[in-house]
Amino acid sequence: MNPMNYIYLSCILFSLGAAGVLLRRNAIVVFMCIELMLNAANLAFVTFSRMNGTLDGQIVAFFTMVVAACEVVVGLAIIVTIYRSRRSASVDDARLLRL
Amino acid sequence: MNFAAIVQDQTSHAEAVLFYLLAPITVLSAVGMLLVKKAVHSALLLAAVMISLAIFYILNEAPFLGIVQIIVYTGAVMMLFLFILMLVGVDSADSLVETIKGQRVLGIIAAVGVGGLLIALVSKGNLGHRFFGLEMANGEGNVQGIAKLIFGQYVWPFEVISALLITAALGAMVLAHREPDSDKKDQRALSEERVRQSAQPVAGLPGPGTFARHNAVDIPALLPDGTPADLSVSDVIAARGHLAKPGDFKFIETSDDDREGN
Repeated sequence: MNPMNYIYLSCILFSLGAAGVLLRRNAIVVFMCIELMLNAANLAFVTFSRMNGTLDGQIVAFFTMVVAACEVVVGLAIIVTIYRSRRSASVDDARLLRL
Repeated sequence: MNFAAIVQDQTSHAEAVLFYLLAPITVLSAVGMLLVKKAVHSALLLAAVMISLAIFYILNEAPFLGIVQIIVYTGAVMMLFLFILMLVGVDSADSLVETIKGQRVLGIIAAVGVGGLLIALVSKGNLGHRFFGLEMANGEGNVQGIAKLIFGQYVWPFEVISALLITAALGAMVLAHREPDSDKKDQRALSEERVRQSAQPVAGLPGPGTFARHNAVDIPALLPDGTPADLSVSDVIAARGHLAKPGDFKFIETSDDDREGN
């Protein structure tokens, strides 16, 4: 098997995540798709690390994980706040910044 | 042979088998994530994708990252997602009404375009198409190698990212915090309120049988003027009609002979 298959898989997962962000309405599902995109990028980083024979790619993937965790924490807090005021987690209902 | 860097353009057969087994599962789970209606099912499929990605990391000679992936993503992040789903409502299904006309078709075209472009670029670009291998970098062990890099060359980004984590935690607390609607009554306010309601005895309800001839639970206590206190007996006993009247226990005259006998 050619090592590039990992990169192709990562590309497919990334575009699937992008499709999810564009197509889905539920804010939580949109968030999960963003996580999928970040994970796809991580797979590419890990594969590049093995291709180049250095561990730097794994370090970057590690940092990406931390940033993704931060993003999830703040994003879900925003979703909860929006849900409290609008009683809905749909991105269509949140088109105004005010109530 | 052990620590020499071996340039390979092919992975081992075992790895290939595992890859071809897991890659379709991963892609199908990701596709399913987009297609299922309920958010909970999406979350479960995302967990499947993340577990198979962890296996891919371990295959790619990154065991530490693979374990961290399982702990952080399938453990913590998915847990958080499910928690918020429970908060928002598990049954929240997506509305299938298109608010922007043609958005779905355009979205699919854009996503396919992005994927095609990425794959085309990656396959045309000179990325080596081979593994240098991590035998040398992982020589002392994967965790040791990563630790050397994180606490050496990358120590400054590491510190910055820890600051980011703390900021995110504080931000989430501020966002999720809500001022209580009304002041909660403290003990003093509660006791003052109880005294003002004159219908309720301040010192609690009187016990049954107090100052009566018998102290069984079905006998009401006697008030100082000799009338029975209804509050001293449980409502259930009164409703069942098991209430004994204090008058039933009249003082029985005993003769002096009996007392002497005792």
